[in-house]
Amino acid sequence: MIARRVSLLASVGAALVVVACTNSFEIPIETPIRPKLDVAAFQRVLVAGFIAGGTEDVDGNLETTRLLRSQLRTKSELRVIDSDVLPLQDVANEGRNGDSGGGGGAAAAPALAPIKEQKDLEAYEHVFANVEYWKRIGEEYQQPLIVTGTVLFTPLQRNQIVQREQEVYDSFGRRRVVPVRTYQERKGFSLDGRFIFIDGRSGATLHSESFNEQILYNANQTTPALSSYFELMDRLIPSFLSTLSSQKIKGTRILLQ
Amino acid sequence: MRTAALLIAVLALAAAPLAADARDDAKKQVEFGISVAQRGLWREAIYRWERATQIDPTYAAAHNNLAIAYEHEGDLAKARAAYEKALELEPGNALIKQNYELFKEINDRTTR
Repeated sequence: MIARRVSLLASVGAALVVVACTNSFEIPIETPIRPKLDVAAFQRVLVAGFIAGGTEDVDGNLETTRLLRSQLRTKSELRVIDSDVLPLQDVANEGRNGDSGGGGGAAAAPALAPIKEQKDLEAYEHVFANVEYWKRIGEEYQQPLIVTGTVLFTPLQRNQIVQREQEVYDSFGRRRVVPVRTYQERKGFSLDGRFIFIDGRSGATLHSESFNEQILYNANQTTPALSSYFELMDRLIPSFLSTLSSQKIKGTRILLQ
Repeated sequence: MRTAALLIAVLALAAAPLAADARDDAKKQVEFGISVAQRGLWREAIYRWERATQIDPTYAAAHNNLAIAYEHEGDLAKARAAYEKALELEPGNALIKQNYELFKEINDRTTR
């Protein structure tokens, strides 16, 4: 009796699958995404550099600048300017000394603390509002669109309850997926910061967007910091590119009859 | 009273084939839309699926397909509205839900 019921259920299920298959069609689509920023006035882009901090295993300024330049070269219509990466941390320090008006015998302001966490970045942020500085950089490079910002790449450790799904079968052979909670120690990295887009003609900020991505692994897994950095940046790149240029996102959808 | 009930029954009986006709007509438009979309003629597909939703506004599949076509054309606001209409009509349809989730992922990325 039970076997007959199971086979009946199976055949009904199979019939439903056939009906579903004949009434639906998978189709590839490409969704065009308009850029968030109108960059028609610019032909060139300068990825100037970043205020970076966190782990010393990755040079956030150098790696981010290099990665964004290579992405823009292949995926945007703007011409990418090759130049030395700006040491923005030094510029921020100098800016503070200038602001303190420390001429004559006045002592210069003490150097800013190294960036280890989010709050350390705040002391450096004033450099992005320095219109004169960015205007000067713009003039030097023939008034391009300037990309800069902050990058904080820090190690992360969490002991947490992780929920995963587990398949179970009841006495009728029916499959069920039930959530199972286990306690795990996890390690990984967090990538926080902001992309800032500056008009090289005026030095004014055109647009800025913050980001936060995290990745966690099982504690016994050893993943190099640089690999994690690229994995996290990989998630941010589509959003970054869609600020400057139209993108087409490929995918598939199901048409129904 | 009895006459009124009889009238309602007659109207209901008359309306049933009309609704079935509307669904049949809409289904023809939907099927044609699918065949042209598969050949990359998305504008024509949009026209067909818009016609289908005008003929039978309760046809969830037509709204779903229209949403996909709008998405393909980059009209994300219209795509969202069409997906939401399709889900309103068939809240339990897993395929529409799946399409909508994929759409939302892209839409969220652009508004982030």
